[in-house]
Amino acid sequence: MDNIAGQNQGGKIAVNITVIILVLLWLLPTIGLFVSSFRERDQISNSGWWQAPFAVDLNFGARVAADGARQEGDLYVLEGNLFDDPSVAESFPDGGGTLSAFGTRSVAPTEFTPGTATELRRGGTLTVEADGSFRLESAEPIERGPTIYFAARTPPSFTLLNYDTVLNANGMDRAFINTLTVTIPATIIPILIAAFAAYALAWMDFPGRGLLIAAVVGLLVVPLQLALVPLLKLHTDIGIGQSFLGIWLAHTGFGLPLAVYLLRNYMVGLPRDIIEGAKVDGATDFQIFTKIILPLSFPALASFAIFQFLWTWNDLLVAKVFLPSGAESQVMTVKIADDLLGSRGGDWGILATAAFVSIAVPLIVFFTMQRYLVRGLLAGSVK
Amino acid sequence: MSPVLQGLLTIIIGVGGCVGYFYASNLILDKVIFPAKGPQAGQNINRANKVRPWLFLFPAMFALGLYLVYPVVGSFYRSLFNRAGNEFVGLGNYADLLAEDAFRTAVFNNMLWVLVVPAMATFLGLLVAQLTDRLAWGNFAKSLIFMPMAISFVGASLIWKFVYSANPDIGIINAIRATFGMDALDPLQVPFWNNFFLMLILVWIQTGFAMVILSAALRGIPEETIEAAIIDGANPFQVFFQIKVPQIMGTIVVVWTTITILVLKVFDIVYTMTGGNFETEILPSYMMDFMFRDDGRATAVAFVIMVLVLPVMIWNIAQARKEMR
Repeated sequence: MDNIAGQNQGGKIAVNITVIILVLLWLLPTIGLFVSSFRERDQISNSGWWQAPFAVDLNFGARVAADGARQEGDLYVLEGNLFDDPSVAESFPDGGGTLSAFGTRSVAPTEFTPGTATELRRGGTLTVEADGSFRLESAEPIERGPTIYFAARTPPSFTLLNYDTVLNANGMDRAFINTLTVTIPATIIPILIAAFAAYALAWMDFPGRGLLIAAVVGLLVVPLQLALVPLLKLHTDIGIGQSFLGIWLAHTGFGLPLAVYLLRNYMVGLPRDIIEGAKVDGATDFQIFTKIILPLSFPALASFAIFQFLWTWNDLLVAKVFLPSGAESQVMTVKIADDLLGSRGGDWGILATAAFVSIAVPLIVFFTMQRYLVRGLLAGSVK
Repeated sequence: MSPVLQGLLTIIIGVGGCVGYFYASNLILDKVIFPAKGPQAGQNINRANKVRPWLFLFPAMFALGLYLVYPVVGSFYRSLFNRAGNEFVGLGNYADLLAEDAFRTAVFNNMLWVLVVPAMATFLGLLVAQLTDRLAWGNFAKSLIFMPMAISFVGASLIWKFVYSANPDIGIINAIRATFGMDALDPLQVPFWNNFFLMLILVWIQTGFAMVILSAALRGIPEETIEAAIIDGANPFQVFFQIKVPQIMGTIVVVWTTITILVLKVFDIVYTMTGGNFETEILPSYMMDFMFRDDGRATAVAFVIMVLVLPVMIWNIAQARKEMR
């Protein structure tokens, strides 16, 4: 049936190219974030991340010290190399670079081509060569060195500085641990509760079963927003308030409909013979559940666990409402959305790194457990 | 006590408590209340089996009732009271909402979201599913397009903040505009269209979901129907639109409604990207403006969202009941 997607070779190539373009479009934003997280703040706002692997023209300003000035006849002369300036040298690990232009005013940093002589406003003539060496001649004694602006081809450079800041100095480490603290109990507890209920709904006969299943399906779509105000009030009234215990309970409640629904759909499909055989042999429901159903349902349990893990890890709304807003209990999403975006809105490097730290764990889980995730999705939506 | 320890303790208490509850309640039922011995043994076993399902169901029903059923009633009840919660105002909060421009903007924008995001995500998902179907590296391509599903809405928003940045050295959109000699602009401040730029983020996330499900549905189509169409001389487009799409229509509807429900709940993207400024407010983010400030209004907005979800909920239940028969 190979002739369905594209009937001929040309069609096949077109399909391949289209898919390549789509995949690139889909990846591009994430790659941008990833690359940016390894660049310093100045680099990010001076050249696009797509230029990061290449050498780019960057503008620098070097303040030349006047203490090397000497007298030659009538003239006072100051000579040196721009790449010796420590703040410039940082960007050129090879010890030097090539100028493409220079200037004497910050508003026009690339006014002149290397090798031309230019009059300084304070008096004197400045010549800058492409290799960075400059010569300033003046009739007056040189007391203050000029600031020379120049553009030079800068080699690509990457840094782990952002990661260092984010993980050590920024409170993100605390937020990471808080996220884990929220996520793990909020993933494990609903599975257990839901598994028992799913077994009852799948394999036990009792009046009202159909009604309960319909109720679970209906609850799947109840908007979370409804629960925020009444439950926060309830939590405050019974003394839980805004706390980790509160958010675990909330996530448990909100995750249950999907858990019950997914697990029931899976358990219903298990072979009837095994269960009836066990019943004939005298096993109780409790034994059937723990010894037969649970091990057999592992794929469904795993897929729900991944869903719930991703959902609780990525959640912003529930964390904003059910956790106190102080730094000691902030999770990463809240930290990024309320703290970093607000106060450090300008520091793109820190933002990119923080975002990448927060999505790294879900991405690892996603790529290693994708099989179960897909299976769970299919069990939930397609019969 | 550190939260980590507290978390571990909760896992142990929670898991231990659950297992303990199920084990002990079954034990008590079988040994104490309805013991399977004596003159009434047979009757007792039957009685015990009538009670047992409810033992299994109780924790889940309790949690569902408290965390999802009670809030529907509780939120509606609360929305009938004023800000402090001490004065009954009837539908006053709803009347106030209707009179407010911001609310009307939010409803209008939300309608746009509901119309555009599910349509685009489902369409793109179907396109990718079909294109990758016979591709040697199709699974790899699919897993890359599926990837944004794992990223939080906050993370995704940040990723797209880089794309949309007004600085042509950060935002790739403005970089492209710059190469064509156009001025830099902030896409998020362009009235009306900024809504679509925000929607794009959710489409980016949800396309993978649509693709995975539709891809499985496409594989489930009986080959004979396609073979017959090809023998009858149908071209690939006819095969796709007239043979394949009608057969997976049910799945397309499921995907569409699932994404629609999601759209009505997502507040993170608007909150992170624009904070609801520049006329991008939608109902979930509008509700958060009132959260912690005016519970009466907040619950009223939440209930409006509930009313919008209601048709889908009813349809879902009807479908589920149909399947069970």
